Amino acid sequence: MSGKPRLTYLNGRGRMEPIRWLLAAAGVEFEEVYLETKEQYDKLIKDGFLLFQQVPLVEIDGMKMVQTRAIMSYIAGKYNLYGKDLKERALIDMYVEGISDLMQMILMFPFSPPDAKEKNIESIKERATNRYFPVFEKVLKQHGQDFLVGNKFSWADVQLIEAILAVEEKVPDVLSGFPQLQVFKSKMSNMPTIKKFLQPGSPRKPPPDAHYVETVLKIFKK
Amino acid sequence: MSGKPKLHYFNGRGRMEPIRWLLAAAGVEFEESYLEKKEDLTKLQKDGSLLFQQVPMVEIDGMKLVQTRAIANYIATKYSLYGKDVKERALIDMYVEGLFDLNELLLKYGFLPADQKVEHFANMMDKATNRYFPVFEKVLKDHGKDFLVGNQLSRADVQLLEIILMAEEYKPDILAKFPLLQSFKARISNIPTIKKFLQPGSQRKPLIREEDVPKVMKIFH
Repeated sequence: MSGKPRLTYLNGRGRMEPIRWLLAAAGVEFEEVYLETKEQYDKLIKDGFLLFQQVPLVEIDGMKMVQTRAIMSYIAGKYNLYGKDLKERALIDMYVEGISDLMQMILMFPFSPPDAKEKNIESIKERATNRYFPVFEKVLKQHGQDFLVGNKFSWADVQLIEAILAVEEKVPDVLSGFPQLQVFKSKMSNMPTIKKFLQPGSPRKPPPDAHYVETVLKIFKK
Repeated sequence: MSGKPKLHYFNGRGRMEPIRWLLAAAGVEFEESYLEKKEDLTKLQKDGSLLFQQVPMVEIDGMKLVQTRAIANYIATKYSLYGKDVKERALIDMYVEGLFDLNELLLKYGFLPADQKVEHFANMMDKATNRYFPVFEKVLKDHGKDFLVGNQLSRADVQLLEIILMAEEYKPDILAKFPLLQSFKARISNIPTIKKFLQPGSQRKPLIREEDVPKVMKIFH
């Protein structure tokens, strides 16, 4: 047993990607087990590994953790990415939850019917540019610091850089009205652990393709 | 200014109800400001009171907190309903996230068009009885204690009771196969703060009536 956290999910982003980002940003090496067949998934359930019969699953510190947010909270707490007190924590939670709502749109996108895809990209663009990115642009402008909360790298920064890059894959010029976010993107991308994660060969997964969608539907169908 | 937390939402359960439960369980008095029409929401948005232009919003300790989980995390920590260490917190988080998922299913039902209701009902009952309730029945069975985590009341217990009662509104015998959840329900309902919240006249909200759905939809759409 290596002592490294072990992640079980499909070989793709989905709901595990924010967890990979957080571990990588914290400089934590991890192992991955990829679900490729329904049988593998059914076996995990039968063996009692999945509390609510769902992945993501992260084996860490003797626990079999499920539920993305529970896992991320634990990792953030463990690696000092969750602020220094309750009030900073509350800010981080709000930011992370907002970004998570935006990421939910991206998560669901590959599964929308072909004729809805253009409309969905418009929605993602609208939400990013009118609801979410202005908030973080303002936060950064108001305090003038490098990081969103408490002048220190936190879970909120990791989630925001992940979201920026994910939205840019769909809407390349999305940051054009957000100079602070452009600087933020550049600063975060150059942090050593994140820089490493952004290089080829890292555990970062590529955008979902048709094969990924097919695998999801195959494994999780009833 | 009263110093009490102030909740901004419509006069119904929705996404604010778990927060009302948590405050009530902690014995914290709170005020409520109800959105009744679209203009009420627009005013809050224009005031800059809603970080992502959405409710729930809770004014507490000088902050305008939004996002259900952020609010609930803050309250749970402040009032010692979040376990005694990181590992208990991790367990509580897992349980609570599962319960949030079930809550989503339950809260959506009232707002669905008639032709989607039947299938949704079957799905939510199936998930309650086959995915979620068995987990908590087993947790209670395995450790034999009164509370889900760490032998003391936590937000997981509060949320589980809330969900049990909501599920029973749809299917009164839903706990038939879960004897430990039945005794859990009785036990937690008798905790003084919770007992008070379960009495008529408390700030607990009723299930939304079909005739009220259009009015609520108008606020948000």
